[in-house]
Amino acid sequence: MPETTNSPVADQVPTPVEAVAAAAAPEQRDAPRSLWNDAWHDLRRKPVFYISSLLILFLIAISLWPSLITSTSPYACDLGKSQMGPANGHPFGFDTQGCDVYARTVYGARASVAVGIFTTLGATILGSVLGGLAGFYGGWWDAILSRISDIFFGIPILLGGVVFLSVIKGGSITTVVTFMVLLGWPQIARIARGAVITAKQQDYVQAARALGASSSRMLLRHIAPNALAPVIVVATIALGTYISLEATLSFLGVGLKPPTVSWGIDISQASTMIRNAPHMLLWPAGALSVTVLAFIMLGDAVRDALDPKLR
Amino acid sequence: MGRYVIRRLLQMIPVFVGSTFLIFVMVYALGDPVAALFGDRAPDPATAAQIRRDLYLDHPLWQQYTHYMAQIFQGNFGTAFTGQPVLQLMGSAWPLTIRLTIVAVIVEGVIGIILGIISGMRRGRSVDTGVLVLTLIVVSIPTFVSGYVLQFLFGVKWGVVNPSVSAAAPFNELILPGVVLALVSLAYVTRLTRTSIAENTRADYVRTAVAKGLPRRRVILRHLLRNSLIPVVTFIGTDVGALMGGAIVTERIFNIHGVGYQLYQGILRQNSPTVVGFVTILVIVFLVANLLVDLLYAVLDPRIRYA
Repeated sequence: MPETTNSPVADQVPTPVEAVAAAAAPEQRDAPRSLWNDAWHDLRRKPVFYISSLLILFLIAISLWPSLITSTSPYACDLGKSQMGPANGHPFGFDTQGCDVYARTVYGARASVAVGIFTTLGATILGSVLGGLAGFYGGWWDAILSRISDIFFGIPILLGGVVFLSVIKGGSITTVVTFMVLLGWPQIARIARGAVITAKQQDYVQAARALGASSSRMLLRHIAPNALAPVIVVATIALGTYISLEATLSFLGVGLKPPTVSWGIDISQASTMIRNAPHMLLWPAGALSVTVLAFIMLGDAVRDALDPKLR
Repeated sequence: MGRYVIRRLLQMIPVFVGSTFLIFVMVYALGDPVAALFGDRAPDPATAAQIRRDLYLDHPLWQQYTHYMAQIFQGNFGTAFTGQPVLQLMGSAWPLTIRLTIVAVIVEGVIGIILGIISGMRRGRSVDTGVLVLTLIVVSIPTFVSGYVLQFLFGVKWGVVNPSVSAAAPFNELILPGVVLALVSLAYVTRLTRTSIAENTRADYVRTAVAKGLPRRRVILRHLLRNSLIPVVTFIGTDVGALMGGAIVTERIFNIHGVGYQLYQGILRQNSPTVVGFVTILVIVFLVANLLVDLLYAVLDPRIRYA
């Protein structure tokens, strides 16, 4: 944001020379900094970037190996301990079924992180390929795609998710991801389409065209690297909102289903007991919020680094 | 302007048909409304066939859809499986949700814009950083979490408000649910206003206004704000549809029997006429809100002219 002063103009619109140089020899030391190098340089000096990245790495680590920080199984429950407060070795207390809230909170990270990452990957790949091609070729393909994404835009995402998932009755991570990708791609496609249309009109693309470059070469070498930035920004921020959406769907009983351990399910079950045992709700809710926060903070930092207009 | 409105209305038709058809297919074709009626028991084939005929389910899908839409445009939304006409359910549900949405829009508009102006005018100072951090945190807390936590704190622990809303749902009881519904959008409005204000404070027309010796108040209200609020108004306008859809969570937490509640019950019980009816209206609201926002553009920004 405002505190960054390095080369404020140079990265806005790379000149053809810069773009070609950056594309041809990205490692070359004394080459002018590309948008990506500049963004990386900018990110490295931001505490927010480090905090959120560390948090995300930690979350990914415990998603892969939850036993790193807990030795209790989330399924080892003792009804005799139902809703009891913290005890020795069980710092977060027990839920209604007598399961260890700490273990369930740790194991719950896996579902959220997996849904967030896979949905973002799916929606970004699908959206940027479809949107990018629509922006590049225009014509009837663009018209059809725009109308299709209009249709998905006509349905508020939470509403669509609830209706679709309640009919499918899946409850596995794959089902939830599939439907969230289906509802999420138009957002990315719109951004990608706009970015490609902007990039297409730049002089360096016209120059490439004049030199006889093929469509695929123009798309891959010249347009894609320059249209990618806005897509990545939107995708990183969307990752956080996808996690939040998954938890909301699971909370409403249409997203993930037991035996998958999910914060949304645990919060939903704890919500009826909030007067007697608020700890059952607060720990998974806190973990969920911190996870979403980590991804949104990262998205924010990436946006600041990649969008020179905001400086 | 008139031609633009007509063109936009025509463009809305395929989107409307597409969205409602999608929902219709999901609810009627992939689910089995007749089996849902019978719960766990297997329906008697003759009875099931009779119900299918009554519900027009024995026709091909596109005929079912056109039949349904034809009925809707005659004001007949069908009968919920509870025996109540869907229209009657809507009559009791919509006023509540509209009231809730009004509260939410006022909250996000007023508080969001004020916070955005404050932080945008003091960009880079501690107030600005504070507001930015606050919005980040607010965006990160899902509505159902903030809903339960605020309900627990204000309703149960401190006893400031009723934890659940009474059947009549007057405006004063809807303040807390409205705030909960608005929170995430509130953060977006704040950030949008802040960015917009910060960009425009450096604009030439603001410098001119200051140089003319206009009082600061007038510069901010008449010059800066009017130009900065255009994207904010767009966001709030398109957000109305999302707020009404998002009410599904808020209404469940605070036990408000509005659109979200009816829709949720309809989905749980596979009450297809209720679901499709409510969603159709929501889609129309969403599309009309988007159209109105585009038209409002021309009013707010005289540079934009629709031919």
